[in-house]
Amino acid sequence: MSKSSEASAKQAGRKKISLNDTNLLMLITIVVFVVMYLGAMLILKSGFLKPQAFFNLFNDNASLIILSCGMSLVMITGGIDISVGGVTTLVCMCCAVYLDRQGGNVAMSALIALGIGLAFGLVQGFLVAYLEIQPFIVTLAGMFFAKGMTTIVNSEPFNVAHEGFVALKNTRVSVPGMGTVNKLGEYVNAYVEIGVLVALVVVVVMFCMLRWTKFGRNFYAVGGNNQSALMLGINVKRTKFMSHLLCGLLAGVGGFVYFLHVGSCAPSHAAGAEMNAIASSIIGGTLLTGGVGNIVGTMFGVLSLSTIKNIVSSAGFGEAWWTGITTAAMLCLFLIIQSVVMGIRKKRQLGVKG
Amino acid sequence: MEENTVLKMRNIHKSFPGVRALQGVDFTLRRSEVHALMGENGAGKSTLIKVLTGVYGKDEGQISLDGKEVAIHSPQDAQKSGISTVYQEITLCPNLSVAENMYIGRGTGVGRNWKKMNADADRLLTSLGIPARGNQQLSSCSLAVQQMVAIARAVDTDCKVLILDEPTSSLDEQEVEKLFKLMRDLKEKGVGIIFVTHFLDQVYEICDRITVMRDGQLVGEFVTEELPRVELVSKMLGKELDDLSDIQGEYSTYEAKEGEAPVFEAEGLYSDAGIKPFDFHIKKGEVNGFTGLLGSGRSESVRAIFGADRVLGGKVKVNGKQVKIAKPIDAMKNGIAYLPEDRKRDGIVGDLSVRDNIILANQVLKGFLKPYKKSEAYEIADEYIKLLSIKTASADTPIKSLSGGNQQKVILARWLLTHPEYLILDEPTRGIDVGTKVDIQKLVLKLASEGMSVTFISSELDEMLRTCSRLLVMRDSKMVGELSGDELKQSVVMNTIAGGDR
Amino acid sequence: MGTNTVKKSNEGSLLMRITRNQLFIPLAALVLLLLFNLILDPSSFRITMDHNSAGNPVLSGFLINILDNGSELAILAIGMTLVTAASGGQDISVGAAIAISGSVLLRVLCGSNTRPDTLQAPIIVAFLVACVVAMLFGAFNGVLVAVFKIQPMVATLILYTAGRSIASWVNNNELPIIGEPSFGYFGNFIPGIPIPTPVFIAIACMILIWLVLKFTNLRLYTQSVGINENSSRLNGLNPTFIKILAFVILGLCVGVTGLIKVSRLSTINYGVIAKDIEMDAILAVALGGNALSGGKFNMAASVVGAYVIQCLTTTLYKFNVRSDALPAYKAVVVILLVVLSAPIVREKLSALTSKAGRKEAA
Repeated sequence: MSKSSEASAKQAGRKKISLNDTNLLMLITIVVFVVMYLGAMLILKSGFLKPQAFFNLFNDNASLIILSCGMSLVMITGGIDISVGGVTTLVCMCCAVYLDRQGGNVAMSALIALGIGLAFGLVQGFLVAYLEIQPFIVTLAGMFFAKGMTTIVNSEPFNVAHEGFVALKNTRVSVPGMGTVNKLGEYVNAYVEIGVLVALVVVVVMFCMLRWTKFGRNFYAVGGNNQSALMLGINVKRTKFMSHLLCGLLAGVGGFVYFLHVGSCAPSHAAGAEMNAIASSIIGGTLLTGGVGNIVGTMFGVLSLSTIKNIVSSAGFGEAWWTGITTAAMLCLFLIIQSVVMGIRKKRQLGVKG
Repeated sequence: MEENTVLKMRNIHKSFPGVRALQGVDFTLRRSEVHALMGENGAGKSTLIKVLTGVYGKDEGQISLDGKEVAIHSPQDAQKSGISTVYQEITLCPNLSVAENMYIGRGTGVGRNWKKMNADADRLLTSLGIPARGNQQLSSCSLAVQQMVAIARAVDTDCKVLILDEPTSSLDEQEVEKLFKLMRDLKEKGVGIIFVTHFLDQVYEICDRITVMRDGQLVGEFVTEELPRVELVSKMLGKELDDLSDIQGEYSTYEAKEGEAPVFEAEGLYSDAGIKPFDFHIKKGEVNGFTGLLGSGRSESVRAIFGADRVLGGKVKVNGKQVKIAKPIDAMKNGIAYLPEDRKRDGIVGDLSVRDNIILANQVLKGFLKPYKKSEAYEIADEYIKLLSIKTASADTPIKSLSGGNQQKVILARWLLTHPEYLILDEPTRGIDVGTKVDIQKLVLKLASEGMSVTFISSELDEMLRTCSRLLVMRDSKMVGELSGDELKQSVVMNTIAGGDR
Repeated sequence: MGTNTVKKSNEGSLLMRITRNQLFIPLAALVLLLLFNLILDPSSFRITMDHNSAGNPVLSGFLINILDNGSELAILAIGMTLVTAASGGQDISVGAAIAISGSVLLRVLCGSNTRPDTLQAPIIVAFLVACVVAMLFGAFNGVLVAVFKIQPMVATLILYTAGRSIASWVNNNELPIIGEPSFGYFGNFIPGIPIPTPVFIAIACMILIWLVLKFTNLRLYTQSVGINENSSRLNGLNPTFIKILAFVILGLCVGVTGLIKVSRLSTINYGVIAKDIEMDAILAVALGGNALSGGKFNMAASVVGAYVIQCLTTTLYKFNVRSDALPAYKAVVVILLVVLSAPIVREKLSALTSKAGRKEAA
């Protein structure tokens, strides 16, 4: 800003708020999350005061964070991928069967997970980008396929007893300085699981890619205005393809992290994960119309969603149906906030005209 | 002269299902020249441009740049070979920053020096006098500024050929001047500029050569000074044109009866679109017009009359009786019809057939439970297709596949079918060919002579002077004057628009 | 039901005209599926007269099965087509909404007693209440879409997430069972009539929507709003109202479907009732060749699409595909159909056929 030009000086008066849409929506989410969590700590106390409670938010949601990152990416590009939940279930089942029944090793099973995700991404990306079929229909079929395949692979739930896997599953990374004293009077460090590290790496990599690389900005351009992006010299088809490919890949990663967290498999695993991922992305400030969204916001979206569920259940609404209703109410609230905020901004811009 | 050629297109053919859009078109562009590409709508200008920029593939023909034949398969290819384009509709991404819009899709490598990019953008914007900053989100700029950013982007690419496809239709006079200055600067630097426009004045102000197209074929290439306007127009139309002179005299004016209340009268009317309260009235059989620069509030005024924007206050009388007009349907019930400014956005219902588009408004007036019988609808459609000589394959053709002028006629037919007492035409002649323009002007005068009141808005002043008997002048969202009789002269109107202090 | 598009095209051979017709793909798919069945098991078309547990004569067989079970889907497809046309999006909450309306229906019939000896209210009253509730939820979706301008998929995600929870909350998570036999008539058979009642209900709905489309401007209005909201408004339409109307009509369809579903079992299972039916309904609309982005629609094609989906489901069951593996096969078929009807693929195919035609001529 030091060498503010003549033009920008003229503008400075009326453009004090230079927050763009993406950052504004993300800010709303972060503020809501912090307020909600602090409120829970002050009022409900019990479960929320321990640092471990905070880290458990991550432990429980590592896979959802990864899935949501992929979902945000596709949504920024203006599409949607509802197959991620199905892919998670399928990955879980395949890895479990491979490890337990066929005695494979953990590294191979991770590769299988990635392979499944990649395959889904490839096919769906091709259908959406190059055959121009609506993403909703394609990924809907993808979800059906994944869910059906899961039961074809194996329909009985079981726990995985593979040694190497169990060791990896129980690996805990302690967070120094954030411990609590437990009932026995021992000092216990707070911990996170391996999956959380994976999730954080994904978040950081995705954030940097979307924020600073040309490759990443193309996603925003395509989502903002498809036709314009084409005219601006961006390969729209390839960008769309890449978004689905990456989303599929991340679904594979997310599936493996989920598997690592639960250590078992069942066709009912990760039910509704796609809806949670969509909800988290939206709460995190991604517009389904495309072009606006932020990975950090998405992560906070996941945390907010999970926190509100915890708050509701610890506030005494234990019945199962409350979870669904809460998630829905939260989603509804955020959608209306988004709609109103974007409406006001649009109106203000029209006022600026001329 | 040959070595001065930068772009050569030879024998270009392009067909779409059912249409031969380009048939053996040649085009030559030299270094340091501004070359106008003229033709009626549907003449094939846009198709030629899109073939050149790789949006469409060509069926046949060669394109060579600097004497070397090039293959252009995509907009990227065009950009890489040095062909930059600015389109009429803004083709930027509103959700990205100004600087990003200027630099995205260009250059190699993965990363990008964001600081440098923003600084570069700022420098370029300042040098072109564009009031925007690089790190500002594009959607926070006005439309005109967005268009300027698009030009800045095109200019900054190291381009040999710059294509401006009707870039001036959303710019006001000063902005057009700025653009022309920019074009002259670029010309000095040796850039060849292809300029597509409907404004004859602009062609004669800036262009060195003119290439005229008609019905997908080349009519010829001319040096501007050697081609008088009338000849240019007749070449575009393919016929001698004497219609453009005085047409007002051809129709008798409607004799208003004494003591008759105005058909429409408004007092202190204003809406949420930002116009200041204004008074307005129109008598039976009168043709008047709102004039002013783009963004002066002329469209917003008529939108307020029709209830298209949210009306915030004011009294409205129709035929002397006070009525409330809050929504378009209220206005329609009071015999008001409105042909909107933006045909594509507000006018046509693209996928519906010509027939459905014609009956739509009257159907809504008739009511939900009284649909037209199919045979009736066809009858009406055929009648109006004949009446306004709309060129369409059939009444079942989707309206979006018609040319701009014919689409406009369909919308006009839609409103004529409602038999309005008061017809508002907002830029009915924008972006349509000269022949249709004259048709529409004649129609307006004919309707008025039969007792219909018409408000006519146009960016082209001479068009309004030819048709209107009274002009209301808008400036900065305010009504600043009313001109009639002897005051209806180009110079007087210009002065009033400008506020007399120029 | 839909305007026949054959009349419209004036170029190309008869074959081209038939393949261009919107009804072609769903009808061809239906015929192919039936042929497939016939070849693999010639007995599959046999319709027999049996007696059900109550001793009434009833028809049974593969075709009857499809007609019977396809009823719900066909009714939903009607509403879904309208919503798709007007809003350019789909309602993914219909399954959850069916759970709610079914739950309300039972609640009204049973009162606070979950196993009533006599019904607490006439069935028609309960049905009307359930319909009103379903229409209110439809209106809720409609308001989110039309007033708050939220994309339909996302707006209805709310009800999708909450619906089954609300349904179980309505009945305090208990499972009421209706003993009254007349309640079962709607989902099974009316004594003395051998054709399943849902078939009649579906036909009644189709006739109703046909009459509505013929004698009102619903088609023109929804299409206009779906194609261009701005110009619709300037032509005196109220796009907000029309979008909400479409969702309310879908709500009504949901109410009717809820009655059939609950009546089939005389009870309800909140988690399973009408599971994944939203996906089938959307697929039916897509199979009917209607653009999922809204605008023009062909109601008949959607309804045929619904029966194609049901035919597929029934066929798969018949060949002993486990019900939970069913989606995988369905997905493959759906992808094939969607790929075949994708404009790009069709263009390529027609280019190929015309090339072949030219070669023949030469």
